[in-house]
Amino acid sequence: MLGRLSLAAIPFDQPIVMVTCGTVGAVLVTVMALVTFKGWWPYLWREWITSVDHKRIGVMYMILALVMLVRGFSDAIMMRSQQALAAGHAAGYLPPEHFDQIFSAHGTIMIFFVAMPFVIGLMNFALPLQLGVRDVAFPVLNSVSFWLTAAGVLLVNLSLFVGEFARTGWLAYPPLSELAYSPGVGVDYYLWSLQISGLGTLLSGINLTTTILKLRAPGMGYMRMPVFCWTALASNLLIVAAFPVLTATFGMLLLDRYCGFHFFTNDLGGNPMMYINLIWIWGHPEVYILILPCFGVFSEVVATFSGKPLFGYRSMVLATMAICVLSFMVWLHHFFTMGASAAVNGFFGIMSMVIAVPTGVKVFNWLFTLYGGRVRFTVPIYWTLGFIVTFVIGGMTGVLQAIPPADFVLHNSLFLIAHFHNVIIGGVVFGVMAGYNYWFPKAFGFKLNEPLGKAVFWCWFVGFYLAFMPLYALGLMGATRRMQHYPNVHWQPLMVVAFCGAVVIFCGIALTVVQLAVSIRRRDRHRDLTGDPWDGRTLEWSTPSPPPAWNFTHLPRVEQPDAFWAAKQAAKSSQVAERPGYSGPIHMPRNTPTGIFIAFFAFILGFALIWRIDWLAAIGLVGALAVALRQFWQTGREVEIPAEEVAAFERPTMREAA
Amino acid sequence: MWKSDAAEPGRTARFVGIRAEHFSPALAPPVGGYVEEGGSKHDARMAVGRLLRVIIAMCTGNPGHPRISASPNTWLQRSRWSTLTALGLCALLTSCREGVLDPHGPIGRSERIILTDATAIMLAVVIPVIVLTLAFAWWYRAGNRRARYQSELQYSGRIELITWSIPALVIVFLGGIAWIGSHDLDPPKPLTSDHPPVEVDVVSLDWRWLFIYPDQGIATVNELTVPAGVPLHFRLTSTSVMNSFFIPELGSQIYTMPGMTTQLNLQADDAGTYEGLSAQFSGPGFSDMHFTLVATASTTFAQWIEATRARGGVLDEAAYTALSRPTPAGAPLSFARVDPELFETVSSGKLVTQWSPEEAR
Repeated sequence: MLGRLSLAAIPFDQPIVMVTCGTVGAVLVTVMALVTFKGWWPYLWREWITSVDHKRIGVMYMILALVMLVRGFSDAIMMRSQQALAAGHAAGYLPPEHFDQIFSAHGTIMIFFVAMPFVIGLMNFALPLQLGVRDVAFPVLNSVSFWLTAAGVLLVNLSLFVGEFARTGWLAYPPLSELAYSPGVGVDYYLWSLQISGLGTLLSGINLTTTILKLRAPGMGYMRMPVFCWTALASNLLIVAAFPVLTATFGMLLLDRYCGFHFFTNDLGGNPMMYINLIWIWGHPEVYILILPCFGVFSEVVATFSGKPLFGYRSMVLATMAICVLSFMVWLHHFFTMGASAAVNGFFGIMSMVIAVPTGVKVFNWLFTLYGGRVRFTVPIYWTLGFIVTFVIGGMTGVLQAIPPADFVLHNSLFLIAHFHNVIIGGVVFGVMAGYNYWFPKAFGFKLNEPLGKAVFWCWFVGFYLAFMPLYALGLMGATRRMQHYPNVHWQPLMVVAFCGAVVIFCGIALTVVQLAVSIRRRDRHRDLTGDPWDGRTLEWSTPSPPPAWNFTHLPRVEQPDAFWAAKQAAKSSQVAERPGYSGPIHMPRNTPTGIFIAFFAFILGFALIWRIDWLAAIGLVGALAVALRQFWQTGREVEIPAEEVAAFERPTMREAA
Repeated sequence: MWKSDAAEPGRTARFVGIRAEHFSPALAPPVGGYVEEGGSKHDARMAVGRLLRVIIAMCTGNPGHPRISASPNTWLQRSRWSTLTALGLCALLTSCREGVLDPHGPIGRSERIILTDATAIMLAVVIPVIVLTLAFAWWYRAGNRRARYQSELQYSGRIELITWSIPALVIVFLGGIAWIGSHDLDPPKPLTSDHPPVEVDVVSLDWRWLFIYPDQGIATVNELTVPAGVPLHFRLTSTSVMNSFFIPELGSQIYTMPGMTTQLNLQADDAGTYEGLSAQFSGPGFSDMHFTLVATASTTFAQWIEATRARGGVLDEAAYTALSRPTPAGAPLSFARVDPELFETVSSGKLVTQWSPEEAR
């Protein structure tokens, strides 16, 4: 009846898990009670949960990512404290079966459920505004994408309390992840949560790619798009090309585990190396999926706060698209040490280095955008400068490992760990934080607190160096990744320093929450009434903050890059007439619960398949399909916003333009 | 480090003891100013204290804050940079004295040269970029009246030619190093030497290392004795999941994979003991999957072979099946006779070890 599920699946014997379980449960109940008591459910349901507004969905992605950042970071600080303790004969406080789940969950969560939702959330929020359009190409699909990601998040967190998570590392290399070596439900939790959220990501990629290719403001040719749109285009093209590979690879591993296939097993012709190739054909583009939109954020930020157009726009576009193509030609550098021939290793090593050329060009272009500017030291520019300084170091250690013989001694070492945290924290986290501080006033109509924002930056910046520079050294000393304990006691001091770094980063995360709370409390002091708090250059700053559901009453006409800046300059010299007045009602897509319903049934399906509960799986599958079919035949999918309501929003904009 | 010059025959019996000594802090070799656990913890605390002060100063906003108004920039920069520099120097000093920066064989030495050369080449670009970023941002700050605002500087063919050329030239240079290095240091490439190589077949078990000496017909577990100054040729495979065979002080690692054979050539120039480990996570016993490589003089090696043969023990398929059951942290073992077909049988995937559900937990 319940498949493999029984009370034994709940780890009553593990105090850390049970305390976490109790805390999370208490927080959830408190929040639910508060919402119920205040009577917020109808509002939440109407305005957020069923919303198809790209801005709201973007915000929900960001909230999801922030919550998961806390989860992923708890894993991180447990690993760092375990390794700070478990030297010599000491065993630390986490037994291997627990520690192995923690590092697997940390990687999985940070990449799939923190970095991805952060980046997709930023793109969701900013893209249509920058493109000067009213929504993404497929608004309902957008909601489905988000809720599928949320279903994946729910599954991955459920693994903490019911059953276990994978103990295979974040990419679940076979044969270790095959049924013969991982018979528990951990790998199934891993696979199904990523299959469900991966579907969401793919749909989101299709949606945003279509939006950029088909829905731009009148006159916005490709070479007039803001650079963030270009980097988002490259990133979404990569999603569309790479995520099906991930789904297929996981699909094959699932067939191995559920149906006794032999794609990656040790026997009957299976070959685990096929999995390693396939997973990295997805995996390397994935890091560019994450970093490219962040490059876009930095480009916007550095131009805005230098008061100058971005230097070398065409170089930037060319470099972005070059990275997009090259990212598919380097996957083998993740396993130089698996015995490929010298020529194959040499080829992939050189291709990996070639990516450093367009990336280097980008750095120089940011440098020359600062040159001759009037740099305002706001929070986003702090993150940008911190990024450039940190990222070039990470890039350098990356190119170092692209040299196959150097990788032969650095592969899988803590040097590697330091390298990819150097580029992912220094690039993606810094980029997302820059974007969050930059677009927050647009989303909510008030600025975030600046001194606290700078404190958050310094915590992350200093914490990063403290946590990961020792790891570079440890890697050179021969320390590998994923050690539950290690014999060499003289590694311990550096491990302790790294732990201190993690504590400093924790202060940064805590201060992010404080910054948000303080900013909300003092929102009246930092209101943005103009819609253009930073003296921006691109179209999102031409609408009020927060923008109306339809973004732009009049779709802007674009005649050159940095369209809004140009319009402001023209208005100063009174070369253009006032904008035309209000023109009529606007049709917008109607909110729908399709997204959350599909995700609900997808979650049921995933949970049932993990625990092998056949009848429940059938309900999940049929339910999800039924909801999708209902959406296809639904009529009245649009809602008309009456002219008066549109006009009410029009007035402040007119005043601001004058 | 970890070298003991006197390596006598019959040391296997003592081996567990040597491991324990190695790992006890009292016998840890002196590493410049960094050995004492308490001392460095104290340093770490001081570092954190300093950082907290910096953070508090930064939290309060601008250089106009009373606590730091005397000399705002120097104060902040000095405390931050001194902490980071001290940390960096400590890390660098310790890391130079063991692991891949302290090689004891030709492969490791060549790889260290590549590491240092490539780093130096890249630093020549990276350091100026960091300095220029901070310098440009500071000089062109909004309040600086002496800086010339060039709002129209958005394209310059000449500058862009340079910005594409600098990374391209660096990569051409490094690409050459990568291509030549891949060929020169290709793991299966035999080392040039007057001595014929010693053949060793390696099987990664769960979670131990089996070393078969096909020419001598003997085998050991978790302890690899070889002659110093003589090339070593390894053929490697795995009995179940993937592992990576790595002796940091000798150089290159290579994966061991079930049903497949990889090859590796290494050489230990100096007599001594070197730590080996698995670099690829392989399940619950992974953290204990260490072995020791003992490099001895050639004559001692011959004596060691005789001593191992004298100790007895037979490794046939049945013994292998028993040996390959998952066992965490096994003590060194040896076998006087080995089934000559054993490695072929394992590496062709005919003797795959499956774990029982209990063993997988």
